[in-house]
Amino acid sequence: MADTTQTAGHGPGSGSHSGGDPTRRDFIYLAAAATGVVGAAVTAWPFIDSLNPAADTLALASTDVDLAPVQVGQSITVTWRGKPVFIRHRTPEEIKSAVDVNVSELRDPQTDAARAKKPEWLIVVGICTHLGCIPLGQKNSDPRGEYGGWFCPCHGSVYDTSGRIRKGPAPRNLEVPSYAFKTDTSIRIG
Amino acid sequence: MAHGPSSSFKNPVVNWLDQRLPIFTMIQKEYGVFPTPRNFNYFWNFGAIAMIMLVTMIVSGIVLAMHYTPNTNLAFNSVERIMRDVNFGWLIRYIHMNGASFFFIAVYIHIFRGLYYGSYKKPRELLWMIGVVIFLLMMATAFMGYVLPWGQMSFWGATVITNLFSALPLVGQDIVTLLWGGFSVDNPTLNRFFALHYLLPFVIAAVVFLHVAALHVTGSNNPLGVEPKGPQDTLPFHPYYTVKDSFGTVVYLAIFAAFVFYAPNFFGEPDNYIQANPMVTPPHIVPEWYFLPYYAILRSITFDISIPFTGLKLIEAKLGGVIAMFGSIAILFILPWLDTSPVRSARFRPIFKKGILAFLVAFFLLMYVGAQTADAAWHLGGLEIPLVYVGQFATLVYFGFFLSLPFVGLIEKPLPLPASIAKPVLGGGATAAGAAAKPMEKA
Repeated sequence: MADTTQTAGHGPGSGSHSGGDPTRRDFIYLAAAATGVVGAAVTAWPFIDSLNPAADTLALASTDVDLAPVQVGQSITVTWRGKPVFIRHRTPEEIKSAVDVNVSELRDPQTDAARAKKPEWLIVVGICTHLGCIPLGQKNSDPRGEYGGWFCPCHGSVYDTSGRIRKGPAPRNLEVPSYAFKTDTSIRIG
Repeated sequence: MAHGPSSSFKNPVVNWLDQRLPIFTMIQKEYGVFPTPRNFNYFWNFGAIAMIMLVTMIVSGIVLAMHYTPNTNLAFNSVERIMRDVNFGWLIRYIHMNGASFFFIAVYIHIFRGLYYGSYKKPRELLWMIGVVIFLLMMATAFMGYVLPWGQMSFWGATVITNLFSALPLVGQDIVTLLWGGFSVDNPTLNRFFALHYLLPFVIAAVVFLHVAALHVTGSNNPLGVEPKGPQDTLPFHPYYTVKDSFGTVVYLAIFAAFVFYAPNFFGEPDNYIQANPMVTPPHIVPEWYFLPYYAILRSITFDISIPFTGLKLIEAKLGGVIAMFGSIAILFILPWLDTSPVRSARFRPIFKKGILAFLVAFFLLMYVGAQTADAAWHLGGLEIPLVYVGQFATLVYFGFFLSLPFVGLIEKPLPLPASIAKPVLGGGATAAGAAAKPMEKA
């Protein structure tokens, strides 16, 4: 470009560049700073992302479970991604109490049908959505809270037979992992 | 005591060095003749004591790191090996374990002293804020260190605390996954916590250097809270406060040693001698004692915060608890501007004095509540008081103390301040007894 820009502090420049108008130098400063910020972010990203789950951690992300030996009324706990997954073979009464709930009254409204692919099998991640403790209720001798599901001993959250939060500080229902029935009595979680 | 033109030390080697790098001149200036208020009480020992504890932790920690293995399969056993097989391993680990507690005790007293005597006020605001940064770094370091033995409390403490971040809207769960490096607290978590636990103490040491550098710009506050007005108000740091600090440190270390040798697990949790088991939550998760007040504040927010009558939920209870917990420390950053009174020392502030004592009681009450189970209650006669209410009350007092300071400064009538430090000490004669004080300019 033909018009020359003044350097900072060097008297008045050509008329069009006086006052608060942006100069070419301002533009270069901004462009350089913006490029620097982008460069820093691009450089930082590999280091930050290296802290995310690695490929081998992700590779262990699915678990197969044979449900055949689990009797009605029995619960089992399996490990998936280092976390406990509760599998409960629900009794007809438990299914009924999970279905007969006014969904709009729930803290985290969800129907039982949306949470269990087959009503007799409830599959949820056994981690309290409050601060990550493992709720009690897998054994018939455990305290299950007043809704017959699970009770978290850490801060007193109570879940129902659909794993939905009913009382206590937890904000959400027990998470339902993604799973698929491979056959009638076996599933793959993850 | 040599002072005067730089690099006139008697020892020629020292002189040669000092002319090229004036480190001896600096030591002489900052720790030899440094003018220090003459009226320190023993509360002023705790900065030096905290510094000694930091050194103790770094030295014992480096040795422990040479025997420790940061792997979920090996960590617990490597700590047991330190306890049983490594020469003096038991001693070094108990020093490190109890050292953390005694570091926090010293720092809590140091912070309380700053609160009581108004050390956070102009011109020491930045000095105070750097101190809060050190405190935060200490908390992060202590938390990650507690995870390393990979016991049940290590694991579940880490799980609960990292899950706090899941309360953040939108990005919460991604941040937690990033912290874990997986889908739960696991080997990647342990590895990075070990790396950071090794790194952060050196960051602390660097920030402590800034803290001390800032201190040496403004000079120390003192129990009267009035600035030294001349040489009659100060003493050279050496030998007066080197001796006083050494004495206090020795007494403190004697108490520390008593715990290391006779009650090494007093501050610990028995559950942490059970190896971590991700499938079993201990019935009662408690953090280390120095986190209990904040844990109690976290648990005190059991209610959602909504806009009245609309049912619109602004902040759900979980996020509210996290905000309150971090807020209880963050509020220290703005304390210098919350307190509108120009008078520093609580000695001359009748309302503030009551307030800070109420704050102290609330702090200990929160510490007590934090150690109890979530559904615990006091039984007074036939009356049952759930402890969560006690915690909520104490949380109210905790924040009420800070948030009332702007008004306290306006309505409070301070007691008359002494004209200078030397005056109340000597009952008159502000110019007398310069005997110990070297002539030096100091405002």
